Amino acid sequence: MLFTAFLYASLIIFALGLISKIWTWFSRTIGISAKRISTSQRVSAAVKGILGVVFSAKILTLIKVFILDVVLQIRILKEDFLRWVMHMLIYTGFMLLLLMHALENFISEPLFINYYSTINPFMFLRDLFGFMVIVGIGIAIFRRFVLKVPRLKTNAMDYYAIFILAVILLSGIVLEGAKITSYTEYQFMVEDYADLEDEEEIAALESYWVRNFGTVSPNVQAPFDEEVLSMGQDLHEASCMDCHSAPQWAFTGYATAKIIKPMALALDRAGTSTILWYIHFLACFLGLAYLPFSKMFHIFATPVSLLANAVMEKDTSDPANIATRQVMELDACMHCGTCSLRCSAASAFDVRGNDYILPSEKVTFLKTLAAGKKLSARKLGAIQEGVYLCTNCDRCTVVCPAGINLKELWFTVREDLVQRGYPEPLVLSPFSFYRGLNRENISKEDYARPLADANRAVAGKFEQVMDPSTPISFKDREIVELDQLPSTGTFSYCFGCQTCTTVCPVVAEYENPQQTLGLLPHQIMNCLGLGLVEMASGPRMLWDCVTCYQCQENCPQNVEITDIFFQLKNLAAKNAGKVVDESSPDLEAA
Amino acid sequence: MKYALFLGCNIPARVDQYDASARAVLRQVGVQLKDIREFNCCGYPMRNVDQKAFLLSSAVNLALAERAGLDILALCKCCFGTLKEAEHLLTEQGTLQEEVNGLLAQRGLKYTGKIRIKHFLSVLYHDVGLDTLKSKITRQYKDVKIATHYGCHALRPSKITRFDDPVAPSIFDKLVEVTGAKSVDWDRKLECCGAPVLGFNDDLSMNLTKKKISSGKKAGADYLCSACPYCHLQFDTVQKMMVSKNGNDPLASVLYPQLLGLCMGMDEKTLGINMNQLDISGVTSFLESGEENAE
Repeated sequence: MLFTAFLYASLIIFALGLISKIWTWFSRTIGISAKRISTSQRVSAAVKGILGVVFSAKILTLIKVFILDVVLQIRILKEDFLRWVMHMLIYTGFMLLLLMHALENFISEPLFINYYSTINPFMFLRDLFGFMVIVGIGIAIFRRFVLKVPRLKTNAMDYYAIFILAVILLSGIVLEGAKITSYTEYQFMVEDYADLEDEEEIAALESYWVRNFGTVSPNVQAPFDEEVLSMGQDLHEASCMDCHSAPQWAFTGYATAKIIKPMALALDRAGTSTILWYIHFLACFLGLAYLPFSKMFHIFATPVSLLANAVMEKDTSDPANIATRQVMELDACMHCGTCSLRCSAASAFDVRGNDYILPSEKVTFLKTLAAGKKLSARKLGAIQEGVYLCTNCDRCTVVCPAGINLKELWFTVREDLVQRGYPEPLVLSPFSFYRGLNRENISKEDYARPLADANRAVAGKFEQVMDPSTPISFKDREIVELDQLPSTGTFSYCFGCQTCTTVCPVVAEYENPQQTLGLLPHQIMNCLGLGLVEMASGPRMLWDCVTCYQCQENCPQNVEITDIFFQLKNLAAKNAGKVVDESSPDLEAA
Repeated sequence: MKYALFLGCNIPARVDQYDASARAVLRQVGVQLKDIREFNCCGYPMRNVDQKAFLLSSAVNLALAERAGLDILALCKCCFGTLKEAEHLLTEQGTLQEEVNGLLAQRGLKYTGKIRIKHFLSVLYHDVGLDTLKSKITRQYKDVKIATHYGCHALRPSKITRFDDPVAPSIFDKLVEVTGAKSVDWDRKLECCGAPVLGFNDDLSMNLTKKKISSGKKAGADYLCSACPYCHLQFDTVQKMMVSKNGNDPLASVLYPQLLGLCMGMDEKTLGINMNQLDISGVTSFLESGEENAE
């Protein structure tokens, strides 16, 4: 009764969860442009898109992707053999357990006339499948906590997934072991199926079972008399054999039975089997009910992502469907860390320590963002840097085992974040090259705004220090900070010949260069000579420098001008460092 | 001859034809390549904001190549220049170097300076040699004028890159002339393509590109020739954007291995001739037939 109540309750929660999750695919948005498309438009576009694919030649692509990527998981195999073994063990083991064991009333029994969970091959298979999952979980734990795969982060969802699977599996195995030894279980069965009354017969069958089936009895003990055993065997063959294969075949449960044998009687008296049975099914139901809200939801979302990405293209697919797909992809991410392992820019993570540089952590963050949670200003600054510090090499997209189109996701999110965040100095670097190539997909105002903000931020107090009425200030601290590299000191060789300025193609570009650029290269060297670091690190010249090294190459005094510019830019970017006002209101997400 | 191929970030994502054509040409002249999957960004885009991030990123690649015991062959000139800069910085002692070496050690890597960094063009010119190239060429161009674009980050700072004479470089011109094409002398040959500031000062970037293009045209060039994905994207994708806006006649850019590959009898598909944004298929019309050349 309780079992049925729990089953239905968890099924209902599961179904509602599934529906609400799928609803979010159509209702939530990532990026600015997705907001213009209504949920109903997205639903109808999805239906149209799916029908269009199913009734076209693209169905062949879907079948191919389903077999290779969903069933055989070739993408994981290509990446890492151990991981593939891990995932195949968990996934096939668990699926088969689900079908054969958990759904035995609906699948195994109608399918096999002689199905009994206690006879072979079913008894052996159940243990085999369970053992596969256990080994898989073992590898998962080994990879995360012993092998420490680089940049593989473990969050609460990952702990939960490992935990719930382990509880389900271990409780099942221990339950089997406890039942093998249980004298109470044995008595129930004898009452139901053997119906013995003769004391001698009762003892004989019990002896046979203690000897051969691992039952632990308070009445009989080894050594047994051969005659008694042979009588027991006759009784066993008459009443039990049809439904019981040798327990050794249930190898995990039998091993557990052997281990708990010394305390089996006490455990049995305490009703351990019943307790374990409750733990086992409650864990299963909890897992089922919580599945749509946990990492395990990727069982559904990842195949959808793989299939959708196999038939969708950026330029030809309906933008409504792309908006839907991008939200769905967040659920498809199982936080496996492949993208972060292969990320081209990840060395910057080692230096800057900002988790959001790693693609896997960006996706985790995007889940929060899409869910509409509020972000602290500090977090926004970090995510902004993380999203921008990307070389757009597309490797994450190529390696993602879930087939998530991460590069498009980054582009969408980057535009959104860079518009409403703090000035980000990274926009003034070749990291913007890709954005430049895509400028036609961004409105003119949106394209220019982050650049203007960043230019203002890196200029610092340049206008002010350039004002002749401002008293000159010398900042020794900054000179020390600047003096990271030997090249920096070379400014002192400058004798003011202005060759650097003469050969500079940027200076040559402007009618009135000093007005546009703030300071010219030789003037920046002069500032440094005078210790005016704040002035030297403020002019537009630094950020307009095309780093062609003409100045440095042509300098008769070997002043390493371009390299000094890099140092000054580093300093300016650091000082522009997003001034986060903790008292400022949190920014509305999504 | 075996090298660790350093593709960088732009080529696999946006200039696949450079990868494909360079591999095809190198295979033809007997250069073996090894792909090191752990290679990451050279550090170039990080230089503006974080020198340490740049140096670590670069050093990781150098250490990986050293572990494989192979010199690096870079296709991108910005990658090449950045890796050379890192190689130079790592010969010096300082806190930055100590920190970077410490971070390398955390990853089980070490760089001691045992390997060299070379650009694709240097390998063709110095290691393969013009004679070998000539022997592999089956048909030559006739009457085509090419404007070679050297690329700033390969040429300068010359003390560090040691690519060619910074004032009067010649290896690229000689490599182009091997194909029978004429390398024209043009004013802005050694100037910047404009790519380094694209995305944050597009006016400046495109003005520099525009000047390069008109200088090339003025010298009578039929095509620009480059050997760097940044320069190529600037002359190809960005020029296309500029053309569609201003309606000028473009001066398309051919990647050097595309130009050379055609002379070695490779087909257009292998070399990704149609993958360029601006049409360069016309270059084949300048090719003499193989038979004529043999006579």
